[in-house]
Amino acid sequence: MSDFDWLFFIEVLVGGLLSGVMYSLVAIGFVLIYKTSGVLNFAQGAMLLFAALTFVSLTERGVPFALAFAITFAIMVVIGIAIERTVLRPLTNKPPITLFMATLGLSYVIEGAAQLIWGTQVHGLDLGIEDLPFDVGGVFISQFDIFAAVVAAGMVAALSAFFRYTRIGLGFRAVADDQFAALAIGLRLPWIWATVWAAAGLVALVAGLLWGARVGVQFSLSLIVLKALPVLVLGGFDSILGAIVGGLLIGATEKLAEVYIGEYFGGGIEGWFAYVVALAFLLVRPSGLFGQKLVERV
Amino acid sequence: MSVLTADLPVSRSLPGWAGTAALLAVAYVAVPIFGTSYLFEAILLPFLALSLAGLGLNILTGYAGQVSLGSAAFMAVGAFAAFNFNLRVESLPLIASIALAGFAAAAIGLVFGLPSLRLKGFYLAVSTLAAQFFVQWALTKFSWFSNDSASGVIDAPPLSIAGVAFEGPVGRYLFSLTVVTVLTFLAYRLVISQTGRNFIAVRDNETAARIIGVPVLKTKLLAFAISSFIIGVAGVLWAFAYLRTVEPAGFNLDRSFQILFIVIIGGLASIRGAFFGAALIVVFPLVLSRLGSFLLGDIFDSGVLDMSQRIVLGTLIILFLILEPDGLVALWDRVRKRIGTGLRRS
Amino acid sequence: MQAMNYAFGGLGSVPFPPDVQEHLAGLDARTDDGGARHAEARDSALSLSSISLSFGGVVALTDIDISVRKGEIRAIIGPNGAGKSSLINVISGVYRPDRGHVRIGKNRYQQVPTQKLARLGIARTFQNLALFKGLSVLDNVVAGRAYTVRSTFLGQIAGLGRARREEADARDRAGRILDFLHLGHVSGRLAGTLPYGLQKRVELARALVAEPDILLLDEPMAGMTATEKNEMAGFVRAARDQYGTTVVLIEHDIGVVMGLSDRIAVLDYGRKIADGTPEEIRADQRVIDAYLGVASENEDGEGI
Repeated sequence: MSDFDWLFFIEVLVGGLLSGVMYSLVAIGFVLIYKTSGVLNFAQGAMLLFAALTFVSLTERGVPFALAFAITFAIMVVIGIAIERTVLRPLTNKPPITLFMATLGLSYVIEGAAQLIWGTQVHGLDLGIEDLPFDVGGVFISQFDIFAAVVAAGMVAALSAFFRYTRIGLGFRAVADDQFAALAIGLRLPWIWATVWAAAGLVALVAGLLWGARVGVQFSLSLIVLKALPVLVLGGFDSILGAIVGGLLIGATEKLAEVYIGEYFGGGIEGWFAYVVALAFLLVRPSGLFGQKLVERV
Repeated sequence: MSVLTADLPVSRSLPGWAGTAALLAVAYVAVPIFGTSYLFEAILLPFLALSLAGLGLNILTGYAGQVSLGSAAFMAVGAFAAFNFNLRVESLPLIASIALAGFAAAAIGLVFGLPSLRLKGFYLAVSTLAAQFFVQWALTKFSWFSNDSASGVIDAPPLSIAGVAFEGPVGRYLFSLTVVTVLTFLAYRLVISQTGRNFIAVRDNETAARIIGVPVLKTKLLAFAISSFIIGVAGVLWAFAYLRTVEPAGFNLDRSFQILFIVIIGGLASIRGAFFGAALIVVFPLVLSRLGSFLLGDIFDSGVLDMSQRIVLGTLIILFLILEPDGLVALWDRVRKRIGTGLRRS
Repeated sequence: MQAMNYAFGGLGSVPFPPDVQEHLAGLDARTDDGGARHAEARDSALSLSSISLSFGGVVALTDIDISVRKGEIRAIIGPNGAGKSSLINVISGVYRPDRGHVRIGKNRYQQVPTQKLARLGIARTFQNLALFKGLSVLDNVVAGRAYTVRSTFLGQIAGLGRARREEADARDRAGRILDFLHLGHVSGRLAGTLPYGLQKRVELARALVAEPDILLLDEPMAGMTATEKNEMAGFVRAARDQYGTTVVLIEHDIGVVMGLSDRIAVLDYGRKIADGTPEEIRADQRVIDAYLGVASENEDGEGI
């Protein structure tokens, strides 16, 4: 193993972990909604696309950054609440998989609407952070990756704090725990749902901007949802911690696999490798890393 | 038998098979005589292939309750397997290539169905995405599958069975129609059998099914294998009879979703549902494009069409799930019943 | 006959139904204690030995011993949360006990193999309905014969002899059971569309059609009206009398149980606090404290 280039290995690993943070960020959007309403919101990717596209179209029309951010956030909140009212509420008490299919339909609607309104061309998005390599003791790390990771980590911390320390956050956790009990003690579910959808909209916006700056704001942004799914499978659909750890794990193994074993497969394995990792893991532990194990009741 | 009665409502005066027989007569005699080449190429050929794919997925998702998001992968396996069997095994009749392609798809389906033994719901749905990405990657990556063709796009062989060539749109239509008819009949026999009942038992209550002695694991794997077989053959029809080329790109995630939508819109756990759903999926973009250019003129270009298609399709899915979870089939049966009572009253 | 009753005298006199009494009389008529124990072992259909079960620290069952004789109606009662359903889930292999074992006939199991349950001669119903909602009533009952199916799916599609025979036989038996339980008039309806009480009865039919040696009934009368309860009790008794089936009955409603069962075990907080004939149970102070008192309070505050 004397030939092994440890510096390069660390570089790949750190790169993987940093992109893993971005996966975590997308995955958290799912977890928020899953925990409160039991829906795997496939439209999260479409929301991300919609947010990024709206933001970039606004700035291209001369709207200043902060204002564009605020407007987009407001739009995302409205969309989130509208989804909750018009799609999910009529489907209350339907099997979870029905709700999932509804969000699949929803993702088509949102993707179509986003591109119908703002066009299908690729927009560049410049957040003012240059993507320069950054030398840390011989290991080169992308400056943008670090920025994105810091923003994502800040986002996660802020959300955790919000749900831990505010009244509505406590309500969220009560609903996540037991919807009926929460209802019985007088928590106003519509408020909590609205908040959660707003939070998911914010996550979509931030993730959309970070990913958009990375790969350009275009249709394929919505496919990032496909990157988040193995993360969720690995971490458990209902665990924020799981989304974080799962994202890091997937990010790291994916990059390492691509660099070290990808050549044996002829490259391009990042499309499915994460799924195989998540599946292999699931076969050992069906409820994911941190998901709740449910006792079968018959 | 509920599956039977629910699926083929017996009209008051005619035996149950009369409607099917009449439909087949129209499809085999009237349509080839009066149909235009546009009807075959743009509507009937994709309709038949997608109906069959929807039928296959409906066995897995509608009857056995296992959601799959990777149907297009099994179509791709079928198409590429048929191409390679036909290319590499000399003097193998086309029909044998197609059957072997079905078995190849069934084998792959079995492998990707293994997670269903431990996973349920979302976890399983996500794991079927692995099939989608892996198969598409493998077919693109290894040029052996496409006979080292530079573009990755290959011409499908001509269709012939026992020396009879099925050429031109009508010939390919009759070929597809025959394959679809045979497989649909077999699928119908399956869903009314003990095995079909086991599928529904596993779907409705897995624990109860296990306790009464339904071999749950075997049943799930069987559902995956049979479903993949049918979807694989559908892939052959899609590539050989409709597109006349075989390429991985056509079997992407969007196709998988399309097939799932066919099943939802048409009606879960219904043989007819797949045909209703496929008809809607094939016809509605054509109608939309005519309607759009008629109403909006030049603004309605292909980009706008594509986007409005997505919006309408997504909205349809949501509306069906909310308003008519049993799909077009249920809608159709209700309308027919109402017309029936209306006629009796007058 | 006299001898048999004497032999079991020490265990509480058990009113066996005529056919079972004949069956027992034919088996063993010795009167000494050893013979009785011998007969007990041979006639035991099912027994639980020191079963303990907990879910992540929450104890559901502690050291439960229960034996069930062939042909008897054996009730297990207790207040909500006493562990009754956990017990039936242990017997049917849905849960694996932390300690102890279940003996079915001659076989001993740490965890009962659920997928073999039907072949071991055990059928059960569920506390919360577990019918196949998408199947007709008849098909639900026919599905109860699933464990006997030997034909392959190809044979079934082709309609080969064996598949055809199996299907005809299953339909025939299902038809008879439906008539026996007065369900013939709804046999074509989708199971999910029936009223609750009838669905419970369809579950009983699905279990009975398997011709089990042992029938586990998990709160078969829960949520029923008084009339429906009496009807159901009649069906349970008739099923035992007609088919000689051993019945293990979990119930919340102590009134129905008293009239129906041969022996009753009482659970409270996961422990067995009493075991005996209905008369003994009725007189047991611990049962009165733990269960009867609670039950009468419950009646006042129904719906809480």
